[in-house]
Amino acid sequence: MSDIDVIDRLLGIAPGSALDRIRATRTEARAQAQASYRALFNPDDMAGIAQQERLAVAAFVVGLHGQSAVTEHYAGALAAAGATPALADAVAAAAKAATGQGPYGSYPAGPLSVEDQPGATWRVDGRIAPILGPRLTAAFEHMHLLILHPRDAGPTALQALLDAGWTTTDVVTLSQIAAFLAFQVRVVAGLGALATRL
Amino acid sequence: MTDTTLVPPPHVVPTVFTRDQLDWLPWLEPLPVEELTDRHFAGLVDASRANSAYFRLLVRDPDVLGARTRTDKDIFYNPEAGLPRAERELAAAAASRLNGCIYCASVHARFAVTFSKREADVQKLLDDGVGVDLGERWNAIVAAAVALTTTPITFGPAHVDRLRAARLDDAAVADVIQAAAFFNWANRLMLSLGEPASPPAG
Repeated sequence: MSDIDVIDRLLGIAPGSALDRIRATRTEARAQAQASYRALFNPDDMAGIAQQERLAVAAFVVGLHGQSAVTEHYAGALAAAGATPALADAVAAAAKAATGQGPYGSYPAGPLSVEDQPGATWRVDGRIAPILGPRLTAAFEHMHLLILHPRDAGPTALQALLDAGWTTTDVVTLSQIAAFLAFQVRVVAGLGALATRL
Repeated sequence: MTDTTLVPPPHVVPTVFTRDQLDWLPWLEPLPVEELTDRHFAGLVDASRANSAYFRLLVRDPDVLGARTRTDKDIFYNPEAGLPRAERELAAAAASRLNGCIYCASVHARFAVTFSKREADVQKLLDDGVGVDLGERWNAIVAAAVALTTTPITFGPAHVDRLRAARLDDAAVADVIQAAAFFNWANRLMLSLGEPASPPAG
């Protein structure tokens, strides 16, 4: 994976352009967003999560957001990391099946219950799960929760990840992947909209 | 050995959005303070964060935490140009309100009040949600944060136009975008790795 600033690349930001100058007002945020990307997807030490697993999770998460340029980036990175076509297809099919509208979910019982928007807990299709394997199947189901209905999260969801063989430290990294990508796709979408008005 | 989740001690669950100082109880084991190495402290950025269960949990992946924290600090604390601090906090509070992160909303609503002195307006956002009328400039910022927080993302050129009409310059618009986007990062960690707790009654 190259270390060219991925947000710049996804937005097609040319040096010296108006958007380049705007991003330059927050130099550290720009550099550290890229450092986050590197730490999640190309760290010196992959620890308990193989790069291909990291990128499969990422391709699924961005797929849930329906931002096609970002989705293509991660699908390409997944293929470059050696994913089989069967895995790549399973990731894309899972993302398509899991797409929904968020954020929904429920609050602790009380005055906020009037705002509850109960919704589905998504499960990987039985035909796709064998291709993903138990670790990625559990991870994808958790990613759907984090992206679309994070206020429904609870210890039971975390226990499902632990039961599938992820460690506590792995779960922290998986959660960071989902949460970071929720940020990255929004920066790209937001600055992309701003760019149309520059 | 398979890891297990934690059962938080008995506590008062907050059931409304509030500006009270809340606690946060982890569902997964934070690293013990005595196991923190130099690399962990580099990830914590501020050594005092070793006192926080949240940061000692996230520091299990220290490089990501360090980069996340430095991203956060530049988006919110960099005083150069862009959006006034109060309104960066407003965008953070609005994103947190929509995602349902009672803990994050409490922190950033307090900051929004500190910097804006508009206590009643911030409290209205907490009480009634992101549809409240806070005057056009704040409405435009809240609407932008909301459009950036929904999935699919609905933020578009019309939101940029509305922010500009409210006299935000390009750097300020970019701050709204980054502040709201960042809270879509923070909310998901806070909501899914533990839970808020109210101070004990009395």
